[in-house]
Amino acid sequence: MSATLTTVAGALGPLLDPFDGEIMRRALLEVLLLGTAGGLLGTWIVANRLTFTGEALPHAMFPGLVGAALLGVPLVVGGAVGLLVAAVLIALASRIETIDRDTAVAVVFTSLFGLGVLLALSPDSPAAVRALLFGDVLGLTDGDLLVAAGLTTVVAVALWTLHPRLTATAFDRSAARSFGVRPGTVDLALVALIAVATLVCVQALGNLFVAATLVGPAAAAHALGRRVAATMAIAVALAVLSGVGGLLLSFHAGTAAGASIALVTVATYLVVVLVARVPFRRPTGHPVGR
Amino acid sequence: MSDPSPTDPARSADGPPSGPSADGPSTVDRRALLRLDGVSAGYDERPALRDVTFAAHAGERIGVLGPNGGGKTTLFRTILGELAVRSGALDRAADVAVVPQTDRSRLDFPVSALDVVLMGTISRRPWWRRASRADRERARGHLRAVGLQNRADATFGALSGGQRQRVLVARALARDARILLLDEPYTGLDAASAERLDRLIADLADAGHALLIATHDVAQCRAWDRVLCLHGRQVAFGDPVETLTTDVLAATYGEDLLRLDRDGGLAVVTDHHHG
Repeated sequence: MSATLTTVAGALGPLLDPFDGEIMRRALLEVLLLGTAGGLLGTWIVANRLTFTGEALPHAMFPGLVGAALLGVPLVVGGAVGLLVAAVLIALASRIETIDRDTAVAVVFTSLFGLGVLLALSPDSPAAVRALLFGDVLGLTDGDLLVAAGLTTVVAVALWTLHPRLTATAFDRSAARSFGVRPGTVDLALVALIAVATLVCVQALGNLFVAATLVGPAAAAHALGRRVAATMAIAVALAVLSGVGGLLLSFHAGTAAGASIALVTVATYLVVVLVARVPFRRPTGHPVGR
Repeated sequence: MSDPSPTDPARSADGPPSGPSADGPSTVDRRALLRLDGVSAGYDERPALRDVTFAAHAGERIGVLGPNGGGKTTLFRTILGELAVRSGALDRAADVAVVPQTDRSRLDFPVSALDVVLMGTISRRPWWRRASRADRERARGHLRAVGLQNRADATFGALSGGQRQRVLVARALARDARILLLDEPYTGLDAASAERLDRLIADLADAGHALLIATHDVAQCRAWDRVLCLHGRQVAFGDPVETLTTDVLAATYGEDLLRLDRDGGLAVVTDHHHG
């Protein structure tokens, strides 16, 4: 694997010099993994209009992740606990009659994120905890990569299995029900997968920037893909390209890696959407009205 | 359509006109696929639909008339099992599938016509199983049945309204459903597409399906086998020509505008917009 990467890096010349080092090669592998998980899942986050959840959920999990890092417990455990706490709080807040559901979600997520940031940025917190907020793609261990690879596989297999149900739900929620699909269950599965993908991305990108990879590439891919599978492939390609671009930007400009990746991701989105609006890109077009 | 006996508008849920169903090798099985007896259903305490009593037999096209909010959607959702029956009895002797209005679906979602038809096969597989080659072949067969075998790979959103409607019919066929619920399938179709859909609906009836077709077109209902008039409750059910009297239509549409057209027939003008 490492030899292949070296060959590729060598062929592409001095631009890719940074990837000569072991640390940058790990970063590259992580970007490949989070681009795959983010691009695949993002396609369904965007298609099923769960972008708000894709943005908010990583934040809600944050105190759990910070707690795990402080206690030396695996992040997976912290993330799961954080998610559970968030779900219970939202359920409780929704019972207050004067608060509508969106408000309840927003209040709970923001509070939890604030709590997590407070913990992460306290003077006593070790650097590894701070990295959960801003990301540290250069500080990953082989163990971190192994976990990320495992979780990315979980996302890919789950999406492959759920594909027919995800398609039917995104296409027409109400009719999907009469074809044996439960849209609520499908949403729940997607939310769980967002949590898994967050665990893949959070160490490298930082909690602040996870949403960029979960939403940006997929939103851009939706402007290009003529089929769901193609859209997913394009989303993965854009996410990986943005990740590599962000790493290079970070290396040459000396900027924070997580923020650089997020920035390149958003820039890629804007370019793709602008290019997709040029008429010749869409020969078949979309029907106007009905 | 060959109906063995003259139809009696007073007949409601009293079974097929030609005696017991086990009466030898008929090309079309005439037993009731769907039977409602005094059904009330609704979303909360107050039923949105009361006292519905009728039966749908194989080979029947039943027009479902009523104003918006008159209970057509409630009826369909109840038959599909999505709404609980609050009182009365509902018997289904076959699977049910809905053919929704095409503008309910996401036209910007990048799926092919074949992908859409395959959605109809989901309930026939265990949840972890993807569509097999055989499923895809059958789905192509259903597209052939609606005359769209050449558009299998076309993007759903790029098809015409009439073609999209027929793809959704093919999806319902893939569900192996013999009871089909069509929700205002003619909305937005041009004359040629509407005629094509008409022929498809007749073919499906001949093939032994029972079709409930929600519509606002009274004239169209007269060409079908039965008509069910709803206005929060069942106003009438029976042979369309005998059932669709001025009084029944007035009771069905209430405040909505009724006018007499040139031939003395009745037409209903309603707001086609769905709430």
